[in-house]
Amino acid sequence: MARITAGVGTSHVPAIGAAIDLGKTQEPYWQPVLAGYDWSRNWIRDEKPDVVILVFNDHATAFDMKIIPTFAIGCAESFKPADEGWGPRPVPTVQGHPDLAWHIAQSCILDEFDMTIINEMDVDHGLTVPLSLLFGQPDAWPVKVIPLAVNVVTYPPPSGNRCWMLGEAIRRAVESFPGDLKVQIWGTGGMSHQLQGPRAGLINAAWDNRFLDMMSQDSQRLRAIPHIEYLRETGTEGIEMVMWLIMRGALGPDVRQLHRHYHVPASNTAVGHLVLEPVR
Amino acid sequence: MTADESREDIHAYLAAFDDIPGTTVFTVARARQGYWINQFAMSLIKPENRARWKADEAAYLDEWPLTADHKAAIQARDYNRLINMGGNIYFLAKIISTDGQNFLHAVSTMTGMSVETYQTMMLAGGRSPDGVRSIKEGT
Repeated sequence: MARITAGVGTSHVPAIGAAIDLGKTQEPYWQPVLAGYDWSRNWIRDEKPDVVILVFNDHATAFDMKIIPTFAIGCAESFKPADEGWGPRPVPTVQGHPDLAWHIAQSCILDEFDMTIINEMDVDHGLTVPLSLLFGQPDAWPVKVIPLAVNVVTYPPPSGNRCWMLGEAIRRAVESFPGDLKVQIWGTGGMSHQLQGPRAGLINAAWDNRFLDMMSQDSQRLRAIPHIEYLRETGTEGIEMVMWLIMRGALGPDVRQLHRHYHVPASNTAVGHLVLEPVR
Repeated sequence: MTADESREDIHAYLAAFDDIPGTTVFTVARARQGYWINQFAMSLIKPENRARWKADEAAYLDEWPLTADHKAAIQARDYNRLINMGGNIYFLAKIISTDGQNFLHAVSTMTGMSVETYQTMMLAGGRSPDGVRSIKEGT
């Protein structure tokens, strides 16, 4: 049977993608941001997952204001890196896993999650920056990817509890898929950042680090954090952290933290990164 | 935690957003209000549209159902005003990248700080949440 073997949490700041693409990773500004991923790149090389379910948000790229799906799962054969206004990132096309993706879609719908199914989608920095952080600059991504896009732009986004429960449903879906697949689930976005208004630049390292603690120690409490707390404590864009709860919910009740990294700043944003594995 | 326990009153939920200093939350009301600002900005994702926009901004704006106020704020790159009119930063980011402007610089223009002061603040750990969590509570 297919199984979820690990969870990864990471920020997906577009400026990190630009730094990697432009060969700036050794500059003093970027070196400490990227150094926190060295461990993870070695780890994932040994882990060799077959598929990554990559939870991210689209930043006005594939979805404009015409259609705003709360949870959208990418079932296509492949997904092209998007042109976000300055040309597409020079990264490989993302290969999907339609068999597993369609299976997750049908299983989640039967499990009372009304998923939107996407068969054509260009993927923006929210999806490609995490791949660059974990895999560097290969000619082809060494893993199939199932994009799972969450609306965290137009309010209300899904509640943290709902995200957690979707994670649980995804785990049930993966475990009912015939075939021996090693599947990881990644939650991306965050950590604290606000990109608009006079309060822009907000960073709350203490709150972010409590969130990272709770991912492995007191995770049930994460489910009850209301949107207003993310907004007040971590800035308007800190709400992206609800996407980490889909990853965490999919890992089951207990997890072990294998790796953790936190750094301020990358552009306007606090960078957080976790590698977790389920404890059975 | 059941669905009933996590359900929030929609009016209290929305009212709380107005209590955060210096912050505009992109609610459905704002999404409706700023629909065409955001759809215009989104159109710049296509290279052919970027080229037409750069060639004649005013003519390009005239193709969209935008008010004179919208157009003036767009041409002035007045991002605080655009956000107050229902613009969303991820859509407005298409204008910023078409301008070839650094995103951090564009964000800093909304804070009333110089680019240098903003950048220094970020390098020193960012803006503290202390005092800017709640207007009512002053915390």
